[in-house]
Amino acid sequence: MIKTLLVLTSVIAASTGTGNTQPSVRVEPTSLQGPRPLQDQTKEAVIRDYLQSWKSFSAALDQNQPGLLDADFVGTARDKFAETIQQQASAGIRTQYRDVSHDLKIIFYSPEGLSIEMTDKVDYDIQVIDHDKITATQHLSARYIVVLTPAEVRWRVRVFQAVPE
Amino acid sequence: MKARLPLILCGVAAASLQLGFAQSGNMTVPKSVEAGSAFSIQTTGSGKATLLIVGPAQVLRRDVQLGESVSFTSGSLYNAGRYIAVLEAGTTPETETFDVLAATKPSELSFLAKPSRLPVGLHDAITGAVYVFDAYHNLITVPAPIAFELSSPSGAAQKHVVQTRDGEAWTAMDSTGQQGMDKFAAQLGGISSVRVVTQVPGDPCTLKMSAKQSGQQLQLSTDPVRDCNGNAVPDGTIVTFTETYRGASAIVDVPLKRGIAAVDLPIHTGATISVASGVVMGNQIGWGK
Repeated sequence: MIKTLLVLTSVIAASTGTGNTQPSVRVEPTSLQGPRPLQDQTKEAVIRDYLQSWKSFSAALDQNQPGLLDADFVGTARDKFAETIQQQASAGIRTQYRDVSHDLKIIFYSPEGLSIEMTDKVDYDIQVIDHDKITATQHLSARYIVVLTPAEVRWRVRVFQAVPE
Repeated sequence: MKARLPLILCGVAAASLQLGFAQSGNMTVPKSVEAGSAFSIQTTGSGKATLLIVGPAQVLRRDVQLGESVSFTSGSLYNAGRYIAVLEAGTTPETETFDVLAATKPSELSFLAKPSRLPVGLHDAITGAVYVFDAYHNLITVPAPIAFELSSPSGAAQKHVVQTRDGEAWTAMDSTGQQGMDKFAAQLGGISSVRVVTQVPGDPCTLKMSAKQSGQQLQLSTDPVRDCNGNAVPDGTIVTFTETYRGASAIVDVPLKRGIAAVDLPIHTGATISVASGVVMGNQIGWGK
């Protein structure tokens, strides 16, 4: 059964340094691989936690503070972002990411319930600040593949990777 | 004179544009690069500049000489994702976008298998999910065939080949009829990941007891208790003996020892004795009837 697209207006503000606007969020109907059904409550939690992860990711890369990643990222994703922050600090730059819109689709819920994979066609702006001078501003569109795993009270992003369309 | 002025202005403007182009520099960036592979960015113009490669997963900074090719050795840029290259030269930095793709060769399988222990003879009860990564921990999203195999100590094996989608694949297997330590493996291109799945006997299939008089006691014991696949039910499993006599019941719970349950009960002529374990009922004995 084809469900109509559910358009959600995210209540989460993208509080990056470049502005306070809210990203628009669209959640496509779930077409899951795997035998495990996805409850609405789980779906909402995953999406909420993923959108929240954009806030902490943006703040961490803007302030070059890897500790801001801890609440929302784990494993490979956290390690890579932390490494990026270290490289940014060494290079004397910081970056501001502002998510403009998300088009989300949950594609896999692993049978044992320990991972959820989704895609996000995301539009975002990136601003590069080199020694306190804005040197570049770019609008990007990318398809991200995201894998989240459950932690104590939330879902954390374990894989966060842009892939070609 | 009036006619010459615009020409002169145009000439100055053209010279300024050319000069500006040379100062600001330009670059040619590959559309995509494989993670960890060497690549280069060709610049034009003259003078010194700074080249930044910026992405969420990695940042590089290079001082460059405009007009030369900037080489990045293998292993320089290894995290997959979308990047921007920023050439800081003059007043207007140039920006280009490119992708770093996961390497095609798999290096690691993240294999989640559940459960680690289960009864024999269950359909689709063992599941495995795999994510495929390259040597730089990038998710490989190009479809690839994952060979899942569940093998028992007896040599019997179930095999499923599943194509990955967006970097993951999953399968479900039946637990076999034989108890023991099975190996559950996922393989791709010479990379494998193995989990051990312990299969234990299921619930008792049938219960049969016998009775023998010993003085004023009735010695009750079961035959060896097995599941429906013939596996011995583990010691410690509780077997319940119930003796009913003149409307009163005496119930005794006995754990299996060496595969059987045994108990002594006082003899009551006319008593009925039954045996059960879990939901399985055994035979009944009417003593002295």
